Amino acid sequence: MSATIVSLPDQSTARIPKVNFITKENGLLSWLLTGDHKRIAILYLISLSFFFFIGGALAGLIRLELLTPQTDLMATDTYNKVFTMHGVIMIFFFLVPSVPATLGNFLIPLMIGAKDLALPKINLLSWYLYIIGGILAIYTMASGGVDTGWTFTTPLSTHYVNTNVLSTGLAVFVAGFSSIFTGLNFIVTIHKMRCPGMTWFRMPLFVWAHYAASILMVLGTPVLAIAIVLVALERTIGIGVFDPTKGGDPLLFQHLFWFYSHPAVYIMILPGMGVISETISTFSRKRVFGYTAVAFSSVAIAVFGFFVWAHHMFIMGISNYSMLVFSLLTMLVAVPSAIKIFNWTFTLYKGSITFETPMLYTFGFMGLFTIGGLTGVFLGTSGTDIHLTETYFIVAHFHFVMVGGMLMAFLAGVHFWWPKMTGRMYPEKISQLAAVVTFIGFNLTFFPQFVLGTLGMPRRYASYPPEFQVLNVFSTAGATILGVGYLMPVLYLTWSLKYGAIAGNNPWQATGLEWQTQSPPLTENFLVTPIMDHEAYDYEWLENQNAKEVASVG
Amino acid sequence: MSDSTAIAHGAHAEAEAHEAHPAFLRHHFENVEQQADAAGFAMWLFLLTEVMFFGGLFTAYLIYRNWYYPAFVAASHQLDIFWGTLNTLLLISSSFTMAMGVWCAETRKKKGLVLCLVLTFILGIGFLGIKTIEYSEKIEKHHVPGFHYSLQSFLDPDSDPAAKAAGDKPLPLDMARHTEVYFSLYFVMTGMHAAHMIIGIAILGFMIFRARAGAYTAGHVTFVENFGLYWHFVDIIWIFLFPLLYLISRHANT
Repeated sequence: MSATIVSLPDQSTARIPKVNFITKENGLLSWLLTGDHKRIAILYLISLSFFFFIGGALAGLIRLELLTPQTDLMATDTYNKVFTMHGVIMIFFFLVPSVPATLGNFLIPLMIGAKDLALPKINLLSWYLYIIGGILAIYTMASGGVDTGWTFTTPLSTHYVNTNVLSTGLAVFVAGFSSIFTGLNFIVTIHKMRCPGMTWFRMPLFVWAHYAASILMVLGTPVLAIAIVLVALERTIGIGVFDPTKGGDPLLFQHLFWFYSHPAVYIMILPGMGVISETISTFSRKRVFGYTAVAFSSVAIAVFGFFVWAHHMFIMGISNYSMLVFSLLTMLVAVPSAIKIFNWTFTLYKGSITFETPMLYTFGFMGLFTIGGLTGVFLGTSGTDIHLTETYFIVAHFHFVMVGGMLMAFLAGVHFWWPKMTGRMYPEKISQLAAVVTFIGFNLTFFPQFVLGTLGMPRRYASYPPEFQVLNVFSTAGATILGVGYLMPVLYLTWSLKYGAIAGNNPWQATGLEWQTQSPPLTENFLVTPIMDHEAYDYEWLENQNAKEVASVG
Repeated sequence: MSDSTAIAHGAHAEAEAHEAHPAFLRHHFENVEQQADAAGFAMWLFLLTEVMFFGGLFTAYLIYRNWYYPAFVAASHQLDIFWGTLNTLLLISSSFTMAMGVWCAETRKKKGLVLCLVLTFILGIGFLGIKTIEYSEKIEKHHVPGFHYSLQSFLDPDSDPAAKAAGDKPLPLDMARHTEVYFSLYFVMTGMHAAHMIIGIAILGFMIFRARAGAYTAGHVTFVENFGLYWHFVDIIWIFLFPLLYLISRHANT
């Protein structure tokens, strides 16, 4: 059994290509005014990591407070502000843009053989909107924070709290437009910029997943925007649309908010699923089993995802009939998700599996996402939901999907494409260690929360009865390990920028078009427009290609 | 593997690209058609997001209109149908002049284009002017939600000429209070529409400036076409707002 598929060029003679998108121009301005999708992706990667660590520090504070049953680290209203900002930053400034804005931005044009995204200026604009939104979010924290929870629930947000709802709302509104423009750009690019021969069913599944997620961004986010505008107007001048004393209905806000915010979880997870399709094929040396089914399951998730939002509202007084319908529809979403998991598992079957870091993260994703997804079915069952909602079971469920699923996929993707983005390999052993540490830390943090939830510990409180302390100590200890697991990549990836082994064009012997050009790529991506003459994940084609190259060099 | 390893197909594409390479063709597009296609498609998608944006408001409107129908009817009688109709006419005319502008750009008629854009600009300003008159009427009658909102016109219709003319009967206090929800939606929906108009008029000003320099009459008309789409979209939103807000059962009491 060969331990690895990595094939690097001879390190004594290899060098990073002199001309590439990083060295093309120098100076800060050449980055801040760039239209190059790869440079914008790098800008996003840096700014996203920054916000991830702010959100992570807030999570650390939450876990530290919950170490003991009493409220001893911070006052209860401070605790409310901390978990609100943790949610706002992690969702709107990390999870929603994470994979699409970094990896998607970098890779979609490369994968479909285009020179750039269709609208480079809009792409840059979306990064600036993201930064403006981020500055507003940081301003909110600096000027006293906000304590409504990330859901801005009315009438709490409109009538009762006296914190910075408006600046947070504006931050989310602006960041939302950043997301709309990213999605719009992807859809146009995938429709109009594919290279000759790149038919829809020859596209990598990563592109399909982003296409589905982009549809959700384009159709869902504007509804969130209008919901936030209405909250702002309600709060400032009291227009009454959500105010029961004037005949408005707070439930309408819930409908508008979750009409975006439920599809938003698919905006977060779908691009991650795209990453997994790529890594699992590469590290099993097999075409993804059931390519068409996996492609359409992405679209199915996007479509079904729009018709399940009211499962967030089972305890909020919607009618029994809509509860029934939304409960059934929610279970329907589990089907395409399961199709993906089953197909990936079949891809592994009889594959030549190797265990490089991206693959370790991928395995982490598959296990944790499956647990997160199945507990989602529990919660979609209206009776069980009424028992478990607003407990730590919910917290554990969505952290399994978002952190165990999405963050694992993000890290898998960053490691997998790191050689393409920088031209250098990350150090393999220590990164495998980081993947294992992350997995252990994650389970220790969030598995106890399932138990806590079923025992009845409510979420969003700074204190809890003493009998829950043992499990909470486990959880906090796990969070510490998880924190180490997330810090490690920052350190060794930075180290690898200078000292990593030179990767060459295709260190993984992967089949995607992005691997057939130099690393880091040229500003124009390809020397000549490629022509796609084979299916995606065609390893035989790759072998022929390599054989031809050797022959021609000889 | 050398630096330049890339799939070595498609050498023709490079050669073709040099044949017709107008200055406005961005480097990442293969040809002018692809660029125009992409820009047009992006604009349609953007308008789709706008539909969803206004969709939230229309949903709210439909729900509350169903719940509080009498209040919505009485409140809509406070709107001036004359100004509303005139504004509808202004907007439809502006859509016509805009469409003519796109045609002028395509057929490279510079003077015609500038004229059409100026007319569209004036009609747009006219629309906003009339909207200001309407808003100030509401302010005078204390029909702005949240600012000393007055129920006078609905509890005692005879004291209000508009309500009296429509033959409104006094509403019970409970229902009368819900007129505030109607005016909230009226101001948010027409306000959002007006915000789109203001953005459109600002872009129009910029375009007049550029059109005089001949920027759109040299074969590259994507910007004018896409702006035309935006302008028609804003027009269509009004075409929905006008009946929903102004024309709810004009003859309910006759």
